[in-house]
Amino acid sequence: MSPTEPGTPDAGGATDAVLTLRDLHKSFGDTEVLRSIDLTVWRGTVVALIGPSGSGKTTVLRCLNGLEVPDGGSVDVAGELRIDFSTPVGKRERAALRDRSAMVFQHYNLFPHMTVLENVIEGPVQVQRRPRAEAIADAEQLLERVGLREKRDSYPFELSGGQQQRVGIVRALALRPQLLLFDEPTSALDPELVGDVLSVIKELADEGWTMVIVTHELEFARQVADEVVFMADGVVVEHGHPADVLKRPRHERTRQFLHRLLNPF
Amino acid sequence: MESNGDLFWSSLGPIVLGGITGTIPLAVVSFVIGLAIALGIALMRLSKVRVVSAIARFYISVIRGTPLLVQLFVIFYGLPSIGVVLPAWPCAVIAFSLNVGGYAAEVIRAAILSVPRGQWEAGYTVGMSSTTTLRRIILPQAARVSVPPLSNTFISLVKDTSLASLITVTELFRVAQEVAAFSQEFMLLYLEAAAVYWVICLVLSTAQTRIEQRLDRYVAH
Repeated sequence: MSPTEPGTPDAGGATDAVLTLRDLHKSFGDTEVLRSIDLTVWRGTVVALIGPSGSGKTTVLRCLNGLEVPDGGSVDVAGELRIDFSTPVGKRERAALRDRSAMVFQHYNLFPHMTVLENVIEGPVQVQRRPRAEAIADAEQLLERVGLREKRDSYPFELSGGQQQRVGIVRALALRPQLLLFDEPTSALDPELVGDVLSVIKELADEGWTMVIVTHELEFARQVADEVVFMADGVVVEHGHPADVLKRPRHERTRQFLHRLLNPF
Repeated sequence: MESNGDLFWSSLGPIVLGGITGTIPLAVVSFVIGLAIALGIALMRLSKVRVVSAIARFYISVIRGTPLLVQLFVIFYGLPSIGVVLPAWPCAVIAFSLNVGGYAAEVIRAAILSVPRGQWEAGYTVGMSSTTTLRRIILPQAARVSVPPLSNTFISLVKDTSLASLITVTELFRVAQEVAAFSQEFMLLYLEAAAVYWVICLVLSTAQTRIEQRLDRYVAH
């Protein structure tokens, strides 16, 4: 394992951390899914979490959004809040974590009883109490960006998977989070729809959004990520620049995984 | 002496009126209050606090495990012996509401559970509390799922209100009974009452189908 902490910024990157995880632990029943995870997400960088299924990468993401509560360890949020999970954590702390990030789900999880526009403005209006007109203007602009403005009054079931996922991304963006979390955003999509979604995410990366992406799209990770973190069996096996981890992995476990993913037959 | 035909037509007005002024208000008021009780019981049943969910389970078990007629009698004839004397109509409303509360609670609980877990998480990720997520995201979706079973509960309730005649509430069936006792034409009057109930339920079933179609438009398939 490298002596540096995972998430060290590259030379041109920002130097302030949006989130720092220290020694994060999580078990489901008797199964230990995270056994000491350290990870720092620097402002304006993209972290790609890769690894076999069951490695704990989705659980890390869900901990960052407060959807799972770790059993131990701590999370520092933008240097202003430290949540220690070795003692029971209140709703207030979970809410603080949630307020800073927004999740894009593998299965989109759009609200089926609301139109595209209603989906996007729900958080800004109901939770952030922003004026409705402002939230709508904001939403339309974001929908325009992903090419879905004319779908504002459609219901989710009327959209393709790729369109639904782009709405999912817009719904997250509309919250103006400090951190965007993507949980295998293209895994549920038909192959021909994957490109549209990935190009939207790539644009966001170019704009300097801070993102953590769980993905199986290695080529995408190589192009977009500032750092690739390879996880297996609840630990970070190795991490670093995409070119290093994906092309010159140092660990046998990483090599096996990459080999299997690149040579499925 | 009135012929059967004349008796049928002359009694139809009072019986239908009994339906309109007795049966339907009794059913509607009891159903609305019953749904409020059911929502509360369903949420208690889903609570992670063991005692709370046990209380809800006990309530549902008692309501479903005892005859509605017995519940009605406990409230109307039983309560006065502990000093609580209420008029017949409120007694009927209380009994029917509590009964609907027990049955519909299980329907609502199942409907809430039928909404995918991801919907709760999507609510949380846009910053909502669990209460807001329940109100804005989960219940509207659960409502759609529960229209068919709740319609059945309502239709059963409309028919069950005939039991209120046994605690002196004037409604459809009580009117038919009175005319029957007076004219001694039991077969005719009770079949007539049955026919009026049937027509009411036919109308309700049609309304149910309409509501389902309307709600279905925007549900994910």
